[in-house]
Amino acid sequence: MGEVTAVLGGGQSGFATSNFDALLGWARKYSLFQYPFVTACCGMEHMATAGARYDIERFGAGAPRFSPRQSDLLWVVGTITQKQAPALKRIYEQMADPKYVIAFGTCASCGGFYDNYTTVPGIDKVIPVDVFIPGCPPRPEAVLDALILLQEKIQNGDRDPVVSAPRPVSPLVQIGLKPPDNT
Amino acid sequence: MEPTEEYEDENSLELPAEPMRLNMGPSHPAMHGTIRMVLDLDGEIIRNVDVQPGYLHRGFEKSCERGTWSQVYPYADRLNYVSPMLNNVGFSLAVEKLMGIVVPERCQVYRVILGELSRITDHLTCNGAMAMELGAFTPFLWMIKVRDWIWDILEAETGARMTHSFGRIGGMAKPPRPQLKDDIRAILPQVERVLTESEALLIRNRIFIDRVANVGKLSQKDALSLGITGPMLRATGLEVDVRKDNPYSGYETYDFEIPVGHQGDTYDRFMVRLEEVRQSCRILQQAIDRLADDGPINVSDPRVILPEKEAVYHTIEATIAHFKIVMEGVKPPAGEVYSYTEGGNGELGFYIVSDGSGTPYRVRCRPPSFINLKAAEIFLRGEMIADIVPAFGSVNMIGGECDR
Amino acid sequence: MSQLVLERLRARFGEKILQTSSFRGDEEAIVAPADWLEVATFLRDDPECAMNHFVDVTAVDYPEREPETPRFDLLLFVRSLAKKHRIRLKTRLREDQGAATLSQVWLGADWTEREVYDMFGIKFDGHPDLRRILMYEEFKGYPLRKDYPINKTQPLVEYRDVGPSKLAPFGGDMGNPFGRIDWLQRLGGGNRQVSPAIGVQQGQKQTLSSGTEEKN
Repeated sequence: MGEVTAVLGGGQSGFATSNFDALLGWARKYSLFQYPFVTACCGMEHMATAGARYDIERFGAGAPRFSPRQSDLLWVVGTITQKQAPALKRIYEQMADPKYVIAFGTCASCGGFYDNYTTVPGIDKVIPVDVFIPGCPPRPEAVLDALILLQEKIQNGDRDPVVSAPRPVSPLVQIGLKPPDNT
Repeated sequence: MEPTEEYEDENSLELPAEPMRLNMGPSHPAMHGTIRMVLDLDGEIIRNVDVQPGYLHRGFEKSCERGTWSQVYPYADRLNYVSPMLNNVGFSLAVEKLMGIVVPERCQVYRVILGELSRITDHLTCNGAMAMELGAFTPFLWMIKVRDWIWDILEAETGARMTHSFGRIGGMAKPPRPQLKDDIRAILPQVERVLTESEALLIRNRIFIDRVANVGKLSQKDALSLGITGPMLRATGLEVDVRKDNPYSGYETYDFEIPVGHQGDTYDRFMVRLEEVRQSCRILQQAIDRLADDGPINVSDPRVILPEKEAVYHTIEATIAHFKIVMEGVKPPAGEVYSYTEGGNGELGFYIVSDGSGTPYRVRCRPPSFINLKAAEIFLRGEMIADIVPAFGSVNMIGGECDR
Repeated sequence: MSQLVLERLRARFGEKILQTSSFRGDEEAIVAPADWLEVATFLRDDPECAMNHFVDVTAVDYPEREPETPRFDLLLFVRSLAKKHRIRLKTRLREDQGAATLSQVWLGADWTEREVYDMFGIKFDGHPDLRRILMYEEFKGYPLRKDYPINKTQPLVEYRDVGPSKLAPFGGDMGNPFGRIDWLQRLGGGNRQVSPAIGVQQGQKQTLSSGTEEKN
């Protein structure tokens, strides 16, 4: 019983210590109910990720629940302003454990280039975050990468915040490179 | 609770009714971002609504005063983020008006092309989201599919799917690709097909009509006094479009019509946007026939346009010109000017004040969404809570533009 | 294009129109704050002007104009539906001065005046509901004034401690200056410019480096 409660609580890093934990992790990661806390331009890419081409539904994370009580994944999509921050904090507090938070976009991760009197410089100043997705706005592929990263973390029981890494671009694809002159 | 023997006769029951105050937002699925509405309700009927914007105020106007005139473009992109090229073009036109610059004709056609593509994505997103909120998820998916194709074209042209930052003072960042014409010719029939299919699902659908017809009516007099522009004003029956009244970028030479509605309700707004997509396709068809395959895109003024990179690396004059434009910024003469274009939601105006230096003194964006949103306080009175969803969706309140 | 409006204004109000100008196709008329409501109502009601389509109300802050000229420029943009002409009406206000509200003349002035109050602190007499619209009620100060520093935050929710890993790799006095013009320095009479190229443009005196003391 002690082992199960250790995994059920939030905010602890560790790894799955038993088959039951692995089963729980598997069940949780493929049935994430999202709460789309959409504010700004990233919302358009969030819509596109939910669309037919990038289809977040195939990862099991496509069911939006617009009540924090019924959801376990909080997508904070877009800029959070000082005026909005109390609402965000309250919604996070209303969610039941285990809950995960994805900071979608640069504004949610670090305030973006809105370095001014009205923007919260990153939502992790208000609530704990599991995955940061850089990008302004991030491409849907980056969003799906971050979702897969989160799913791995849920399977392992890892709660340290991570940043979804950009994919390496092969040199052949880079635009603007002229072939060297000696060819 | 006390026993209720005294009230056995139901007709004698006096049910107390007092207005209830309900809060919608600022995080709400149908609030398109972040708006808070405080409703005074009498049962289901709305007696009064207090719309509270400002939850996405990102300090656009103050941030513009921090950098140079060219550094405004990323901020301007994120104003109406569903049609970013329209904001880019609008701001370019404002600074060019102040400087007295006229861009070459090829650039004007290119601006029209990218602008109309953005306008199509704007209207498709608005209508798709509105349909989705009423329960019709399929037209939303179809419109997002077509929007992704249009974004593919814009990504190949500008480098980014959404916030392109492609406009420049005195031109555009890069000339059009040779494949642009074929790409657009391939996509226009797809847009038309999706419109036809979505129309077949929606506009004669009993449920859709019941939810949106005669809901959220706005009179012409109220609309003018409020300062409404764009599809909301055209839905009330007035033919007002900046592209026809004060043409810019060569719009007077294109053959297109302005769709107008009859009674200014939600159904009319939806239909006006749908028809405007068709008219935008018509303009695009004419524009790509007109786009020259070669010719200058940027005005040839070294104080405004960055010189060619090869010249910058090899000649001193180009290096100095490049240095001055990047470090000090483009320097419009001191003065103030108000320039307006037709954005996705109406008259998108930029009132800019320059003090002669490379730093903007004041950049004011006249936000059509903000001014249109006030109408919600008027047309929602007397409607029911469930009517808020389509009526508010038809206002197309884009948070970035409304709160800046 | 809108010269007709300027002529009507001059004919009707004469001396009360302090100045008119036409620059790059924009017509502008400047009036005193006391005549603001009267001129605006005339613009809407006069059959020749017929400015029934509201466009915008905004303000600009010129703190360096004081004390000769009041610091705020309050602007009204209106348009006529039938005649298709436009005008920009301007008045100049001091910091403690308010203007009459135009929300009875055009409904759209309601929110735009609230925004001007929120951003600049200009109060409108007779406004039905003058409260902040874009910022929150607890915010102190008026952000778009030049003397409000852009990066001064007033958080509603106390920030969590996220540890040193998220700080910028350089300190506050390194890297690019936050803005090209340091308004607080400039308004305080300082002559240390943020960057030499900009400083020369702004008419600031050149100093050798930021560390050199002024010896007078």
